[in-house]
Amino acid sequence: MNSYELMVIFTPVLSEEDFKASQKKYEDFIAEQSGATVHSNPWGLKSLSYPIQKKTTGIYWIFEFNAPAEAIEKLKIQLLRDEQVLRHMITRLDKNAVEYNYRKRNGGFAVTEKAEA
Amino acid sequence: MAKNEIKYLTAIKQEKPKKKFCRFKKYGIKYVDYKDIEFLKKFLNEQGKLLPRRLSGNSLKYQRKVSDAVKKARQMALLPYVTDLMK
Repeated sequence: MNSYELMVIFTPVLSEEDFKASQKKYEDFIAEQSGATVHSNPWGLKSLSYPIQKKTTGIYWIFEFNAPAEAIEKLKIQLLRDEQVLRHMITRLDKNAVEYNYRKRNGGFAVTEKAEA
Repeated sequence: MAKNEIKYLTAIKQEKPKKKFCRFKKYGIKYVDYKDIEFLKKFLNEQGKLLPRRLSGNSLKYQRKVSDAVKKARQMALLPYVTDLMK
């Protein structure tokens, strides 16, 4: 069971409930692959810094989950087949990353870079 | 040779640049998140290109982490590949 982070950019024409439906779809897919969802964080509509497929805005969604390694291959096929998804990225989280995400979620960041510099 | 151009024998000594430090070691940051753009922007120049280590002052290990994070952010359209950044 490794921890992964999936970031997905949906087409901006997606309505609110479609967006929720597709989130649900992938969360169920992971649960079905005996994975566990850690945190789902929809950013919503954001402007892209360069146009993707002639669109300048996209709906971002970040999904952190634990899953066995085989589930990732299947997840990728699902994402590639889904035409609502403009672009996706699955990153594997090491322990520092997991701890970073955990601290960021509850309790914010103690060390601020520019504190004393 | 322009008349008013003064030629010095030795180059003018610029003021000593402040000691550079690796901010990751100093503040104990272990993971460079590709999602928080403000932090990554500190390592980009105006055209959105990565700053070299001698300018950013990072140690090799963290410079690689930063470059990976920036490339991921560019892939996910969080950071532009090339721009005249509003830095």
